[in-house]
Amino acid sequence: MTTVETAIGTAKTMVLNMGPQHPSTHGVLRVLLELDGENVMKAVPDLGYLHTGIEKSCEDKTYSQAITLTDRMDYLNPLGNNLVYCMAVEKLLGLEVPKRAQYIRVMMVELQRISSHLVWLGTHALDMGAMSVMLYCFREREEILKIFERFAGQRMMTSYIRIGGVALQPPAGWREQVKRFLDMMPARVDEYEALLTENRIWQGRLKGVGYLPPDVLTACSTTGPGLRASGVAYDVRKSFPYSSYEEFDFNVQTRTESDCYARYLVRVAEIRESIKIVRQAVDKITDEGPIKSEAPGIIPPEREKMKTEMEALIYHFKIFTEGFSPAPGEAYVAVESPRGELGCFIASDGSPKPLRVHFRSPSFVNLQALPKMVEGQLIADTVACIGTIDIVLGEVDR
Amino acid sequence: MTQLANADASVVVEHLRSWNAGAVAQVVEYRGETTIVVPRALLRAAAQRCKEDPALNFDLLSDATCVDRFPLEPRFELNYELVSIPRRARVRLRTSVSLQHPVIDSLVPVWPGANWMEREIFDLFGIQFEGHPDLRRILLPEEFEGAPLRRDFPTEGKR
Repeated sequence: MTTVETAIGTAKTMVLNMGPQHPSTHGVLRVLLELDGENVMKAVPDLGYLHTGIEKSCEDKTYSQAITLTDRMDYLNPLGNNLVYCMAVEKLLGLEVPKRAQYIRVMMVELQRISSHLVWLGTHALDMGAMSVMLYCFREREEILKIFERFAGQRMMTSYIRIGGVALQPPAGWREQVKRFLDMMPARVDEYEALLTENRIWQGRLKGVGYLPPDVLTACSTTGPGLRASGVAYDVRKSFPYSSYEEFDFNVQTRTESDCYARYLVRVAEIRESIKIVRQAVDKITDEGPIKSEAPGIIPPEREKMKTEMEALIYHFKIFTEGFSPAPGEAYVAVESPRGELGCFIASDGSPKPLRVHFRSPSFVNLQALPKMVEGQLIADTVACIGTIDIVLGEVDR
Repeated sequence: MTQLANADASVVVEHLRSWNAGAVAQVVEYRGETTIVVPRALLRAAAQRCKEDPALNFDLLSDATCVDRFPLEPRFELNYELVSIPRRARVRLRTSVSLQHPVIDSLVPVWPGANWMEREIFDLFGIQFEGHPDLRRILLPEEFEGAPLRRDFPTEGKR
């Protein structure tokens, strides 16, 4: 057990154990707070309650089997996790993905970003005492999950993005469904903003809270909306474009105040930008076309071919019994998850199972800045800070 | 894209070489990524250089991770992913440590963000970071024995 190694016992301070079952820690984060009255003198986060050894498990699975594990890290962004893992394997293999599949991937991860930000907005408003926003946000999120269910057969743990492309052709009528959602969404975002942005209580709880200067945030390796709210325009989609993001027209949202309120504004603005990107992706995705690259021995053959061609049947058998073996080497791929730079490092030793898989999870790294944010502030502000860092404990602990 | 990354990496290599002729032991190019292998003793100084040289300006330590090359020696390979936000550039620094002497200079004095990344490597690989302000287990309970991400640690069953 972690203890706060301080000058406890001067009878002025007390140690409060916040979590791991505290509703505002969004999972099982434990924070030890040393308090002087209501002021936080020192904060020590204690992690690991959800550690499941996903990186170790990946070493015991073939490259394609490990995809289902990635869904379960950041459970608000399973498609983004699939994407970063598959892109790292594709980089190791030197595999090109067809344009149509790339656009489908962009559309799916941007929808995922909207849904993740909606969950953030709803739960954060709940932490701050505004119940109704949560109900509205989850109503819209449900529409996104319905889209995922039609595409992948699953609402959350989709495993839809696969090595070399995506799992299935888009379902009939998908375009109308996505467009209906896009037409509805901007007005709904206006509704949330009407409830919160000018709300005096909301501003009172967030403005000026959890300030950190941009150079401190960069030095702490913080990425994502937390960094952008301090004025640093670092977005992996713009800085190191992947999956054809360079063809999409969108802006990196920044603020300069670097407090909890600025982080809120950045996320809401990002929902609007994502709507723009999804709209462009819907227009770019053609009705017909490949969803997987052509790579016998790596991409499973189509069912029809398996029944008529002997080679296809052999490949199918080999892929699902022993897998495929990328040449020895390493690859690191980064994508912009709703929480920041999500990276995947894979080292191959030339065998069908990876030598090492490592995920650079933004929640884990961003959480480092928490003590700096809350020390000297009030307990109630700690709740606001944990909320606006937007951690997902499944990803922190992996 | 690939050429750009390489052109930038060669600038990094040149700057490091002109600072200290022995700073770059090897340059590995693979799939458009550049890895600069640095001698163990020079890691922190080279990292400092990468951060503070205005022509390099790697202001963000994006990731630190370890690969266990068991049964080769030196078996632990440490990889640091560096990002320069203003220059939109990436490079990877690499160094190796052995099982007999699994000690390496901490990069926390250069990038405070290395703190938890190094604690994670310490926790799961059992590598010591010299100069780390708070080297404790981070994901596993403190009474846990062993380093589970080492290749000779079984995935299932008892050790």
